[in-house]
This record gives sequence, structure tokens and C-alpha cells, in this order.
Amino acid sequence: MRYVEAFRSPEAVRQLAEAIRATVTRPWSIMEVCGGQTHAILRFGLDQLLPSGLDLLHGPGCPVCVTPAATLDQALAIAAQPEVVFCTFADMLPVPTAGGSLAEAKAGGADIRAVYSPLEAVRVAAEEPHRQVVFFAVGFETTAPANALALHLANGQGLENFSLLVAQVLVPPALEALLAAPDHRIDAFLAAGHVCTVMGLEAYAPIATSRHVPIVATGFEPVDILSGILAAVRQLETGQAYVENGYARAVAAAGNPAARALIDEVFEPVDREWRGMGCLPASGLGLRPAYRRFDAAARFGVSSASGAEDARCIAGRVLQGLARPGDCPAFGTDCTPRHPLGVTMVSSEGACSAYYQYRQSEGAEG
Amino acid sequence: MTHGPDSAPGDGSGGSEGAVQMAHGGGGRMMQDLIHGVIRPAFPNQQLEHNHDGAFFTPQGAELAFTSDGHVVQPLFFPGGDIGSLAINGAINDLAMCGAEPGQISVSLIIEEGFSIADLRRIAASMGSAAAAMGACIVTGDTKVVERGKGDGIFVSTSAVGPVRSASRPVPAAVRPGDSILLSGDIGRHGVAIMAARAGLTFGSPLLSDCAPLWPTVRALIERGIELHCLRDLTRGGLAAGLIEVAETVLLAVEVENAAIPVSEPVRSACELFGLDAIHVANEGRFIAFVPSDQEAEALALMRRFGDARWIGRVGEEQSGAVVLQSPYGTRRRLRLPNGEQMPRIC
Repeated sequence: MRYVEAFRSPEAVRQLAEAIRATVTRPWSIMEVCGGQTHAILRFGLDQLLPSGLDLLHGPGCPVCVTPAATLDQALAIAAQPEVVFCTFADMLPVPTAGGSLAEAKAGGADIRAVYSPLEAVRVAAEEPHRQVVFFAVGFETTAPANALALHLANGQGLENFSLLVAQVLVPPALEALLAAPDHRIDAFLAAGHVCTVMGLEAYAPIATSRHVPIVATGFEPVDILSGILAAVRQLETGQAYVENGYARAVAAAGNPAARALIDEVFEPVDREWRGMGCLPASGLGLRPAYRRFDAAARFGVSSASGAEDARCIAGRVLQGLARPGDCPAFGTDCTPRHPLGVTMVSSEGACSAYYQYRQSEGAEG
Repeated sequence: MTHGPDSAPGDGSGGSEGAVQMAHGGGGRMMQDLIHGVIRPAFPNQQLEHNHDGAFFTPQGAELAFTSDGHVVQPLFFPGGDIGSLAINGAINDLAMCGAEPGQISVSLIIEEGFSIADLRRIAASMGSAAAAMGACIVTGDTKVVERGKGDGIFVSTSAVGPVRSASRPVPAAVRPGDSILLSGDIGRHGVAIMAARAGLTFGSPLLSDCAPLWPTVRALIERGIELHCLRDLTRGGLAAGLIEVAETVLLAVEVENAAIPVSEPVRSACELFGLDAIHVANEGRFIAFVPSDQEAEALALMRRFGDARWIGRVGEEQSGAVVLQSPYGTRRRLRLPNGEQMPRIC
């Protein structure tokens, strides 16, 4: 913890904010990719320390948010099977769909269990051999290694009653898609530090070069985030665009080789649907042929589910940095954490939830 | 002291004394044996010797405070306490937050078939000593047994009455602009101790629940003549819920300095690990006091005799009902209640 405190030091924060103000001469828009960074920015009020004209855009890096309604409908259909124990990270429980949430299904009697790790689900499968144990494999490159490890172990233990409902997504293809949008305002990215810890930096160099966009791997504490912003504006002000490691204490250029090998053993890139962004090529992970018999969607025959989203919700535009939560007419009125229209209001990493939770002026009490 | 149950509730063995059976709740001889042999010996007082349906007492002129609470904690025995001490201290603390002395307590037990009688005896003893330590009497109660699978080991409900000793009622409506807000000690211990116990985690130094009676601190403040505008214990929802409930009731702005809120090293570490904010984490032995600013120093000095008390903020003039947290960076944010419980994050 003392290690963390150094990255929350008020003096270091003050000096970085001053350096950013001294560097910036023109308006810039920087997107922090990860929802964890968005929450840290709002929780610590870091945006209040930036010069006017330096805009932070909130990116799509919230795994709960980008999981499409169709996948949640698959989850609900699987969890409703009487033989199923449906294991999930607790974040997914309250996400609303037209057919209800996993939390509602749990209250209605489905055997849905919140776990801290996919390995807990493997243990349940070993302990309850007569049940079908499904783990909801949601997340970016950060959750992929543990989910791969779970399947590797289940396979090794011959646990044929275990399966994964896979909704894994990848960051670099999403950045490409954001930059391909004609109305995007992104001048630089703060890449999600934990994703880079796993995968390294190599996938970002082609994006930085071809799109001429600075990309800074950035951590999650106030000093990390302001350091990332400072590095990005220094590149922008000098007309440079390259990949910079602003989170060297956690990120190695090649990532974590053991984790990458596990991912590669179990998963392969597939096209994947993102909430609000459509189907992006090679933007997700699916099971390799050797592991496909553990695919819960196929096992339970729910591969073709299609989910509907509330037409009033602008989550898709918020997730792409094209709109701010406050731009939504429903924000804080028809849409609150208690009665969310969309996932960005309910997820603990969603931008709408961050604005609702931390901003004094925006949003009536729900 | 840290306890583990002698045997898991419902494992059939029930420890050396056996297990609670449905017949223990059936109104016959076995129920008499359970009540008179296991539970009542832990609560020695004359009222229970009447062996009647209720207790009798004569109010001595003072206004009475009356409170009720239910306890469903798991694990039942946790570092720093157990469901018995939690239930009795909970009742005592609710009275203390009314400026009231611990008085008479009723205890209702709902026990699951198969529960270890040895564990029941330990819980009863823990209740008896928590009550005795504060001069409170468990004067009446009830025992029910539910079928296996229909309870979670044991549920404990309490009600309590006690005479009000503060000069005025310490309720949100009495809070005034300019009041100082004092916090009785570091936050988050109970919630984190329970979560760590459930997850089987340790954090270097042992992490104990703060489960404790608040009456000695409140009594000291009353005896010194501190004007207690409002008292609030910080149980479920933590410090955030306590501040927000008071601010929203009295419709005044509350300004709190984040850096002034004490959080111990192990609680900080655990909160980082679980992805939680200590300000929302439950306590069982902490409270906030709203006092006039000219009595702040005196009240704080008194409270510091009992714990790591701090000044954490003040009540503003603005009629917003909002709690605003000031960061060490000079930035501000609104403090809000989470919708349900805080959720550990995916990544």
C-alpha cells in the first residue's frame, strides 16, 4: 500500500498538473481507454486540474459495458437451465436487458453464483459433477489469461461438465475502429495499463504510426494518469506520435509471456460484436478447435440469441467518446443507477455511472 | 480472540454436545432443556427467573429510546467478534445514538436444525458478557428452530429500550450550519474483516472487526455537557451512508475532507484488492457526532480517549442535502450511495 500512496501524493499531483498546464498551448482531446481510468479521473477529480481546452474522452474499456445485450440474453438462457450453475464476476449481475438481469434471474431461483476467479468455477465443477458449471468469460486481455487457465485446468482434470460462455474482447481492434469513425475527436490515447501488462506494447505501434496518434500505456493512480496525460501532450505539442510506456513499473514491452502463451493455447481471434459499435473484425477471442467442446453457447444451443437495447440509450456513442453522459436527455432523470436504461449507467466502470456517482452538479438523485 | 466454529452448522455432528433438533423448538421438554440449560445461564438476571412471557420494568421519569435490529452475519464467528457480541453491541449502539443508556434488551433466536449446541452456548455467552460489560440486561427472548436449509445457522434479532441521558435528542433535525463533524475512529474494519474471513485472506497484521459498544464514548460526551446535535453509527453503508442520510434528512450541505478520514493500512490494502472504497464499508464500533464548532476541540479530546477520533468536516449553509468530499488535490466530488452493495470489479 505504501507503494500505492506514492502514486497518490498531493505534491506529485500538483507538480504534474503544473507541468501539463505549462506544456499545453492548444486544445487537445485525449481518450483514456479504460473504464477504471475514467473512474479514477472522476473519483479524484483529476479533470478539474487540467487546463481548459484539454479534454478527456472516455473510452470503451469497460468489459461489462461493451458486452452486447445478445450475449447477456445467452447468459440468461443458459442460467435458466435447471442443471446449470452459472458463475460470473459480480459486475455482470445488475446489467439490465429486455429479459431482465442476472440478479433478477438469481432472485427468481436460477443458480447464479458470483465468484472472484474462474478457478472457483472450476472447483465447483469438480465438486458438483452432476451439475453443468458455466463461467461467463467476459473481459479484455486482462481476464483472458485466467479464463484460459481455467479451461486448461478443466481440460486436464477431464471436467466435461465445465464450459465457458466466451465474450472476450481485444483493445487494439477497438482503437482502430474508433479512429476509423469519420467524426472522431481523438488526438491521443492513454492505453489501459493492465492490458499492456499482459499483452505488451507491440500491437499499438502500427496504430500510432499509421494514424499518427500518440499512445501512452498508462496506470490507474492519480500520478500515473497525470503522467500519461503529460506524456501525450508533450508528443502532441511536438508533432510526434509513438508508443510510450508510461506504466513501466507494471508493463514490459513484450507483456507477460506466460499469460500470452496460455491465451494462445486456448483462444484464437474472432470477429466480435461490441455494444453500440457493431461487429469489429478480429476484435474478440473465441475457443480454438481443441477447446471448442467447452463452448457453453454451442453446448446449450444459444448461439443465435439477439438482444434488444433501449432505444433512448446513447451508450454506444458514449463508449466511443462521441458523446458525454451529460449529453443524454435521459441522464439522471429517466436513467439512474436505480433505473438504468443502459449498461454504462449500471456498470461500476461505466462512464455514465462515474459521472452520476462523482459529479456534484450533474444528475438528480434517482 | 479468533474463534472457528467447533463444527459447521448442519454437518450432523453438532460438536460434543450434539446438534439442535426440530424438537428443540417444539415447546416440549427438549425446548425447556435448551432454554434453561444452554441459553438462559448466559443471561443471569431476575427478570428471566420469573419464567414468564415478558419482562416488567418501571420507567424512572426519563424519556425512553426504543430500537430494533436483526443480525444475519456469516461467518458467525469472525476475527474480533461473533454474531452474539455483534447483536448486543448493535442494540447498545443504536440506543447510544439516541443518547440513551443501555437498558433492557430482548433477544430472539432463529436456529437452523443441526446447529451445534456448543456454538449456541458460545454465542449465548458472548451475548451475556457484551450486555454485562455495559450494564444492560437481557430480560426477555424467544427461541425458534427452523428446518435444515431454511436458516443460515442462526439469526439473532434484538430489541432494546434505555433511558435518554443527553440533554436533547441527537437527531438529524438538530444539525445546524457550522456544526463540526467528528469521527470516532478508523473506518472499514468490520466489513473488511468479514470479507477477508469469507475469502480466506490475511493482510499481514491480523484484521479484527471493530465490533464494540459506543456508549462509554457517548456517555463521556454527555457528562461533559457537549451539545450533541446528532449522532449516527456507521454500520451498513459505512461512513458514506451515515453522512448522506443525515445530510439528506436535514437538507444541508456537508463538506468532508477525504484526507482527514483515518483508514488503517490493512483495510486500505484489502480495499485496493477488493476494488472497494473504505468510505462505503461497514463498521460495528464507529460513529459520527455533529457538535457545535465551539465545542469541537473539547469533544474531540474526549473522543480521543476512546479511539483514533478525528475532525472530518463541517456542515455548510447551503440547503442542498449533498455531501461533498474534498480531495487532497483541492478537487471536489459528490459522495453518493451505491445502488446496492459494492461489487468487486472484473479487472
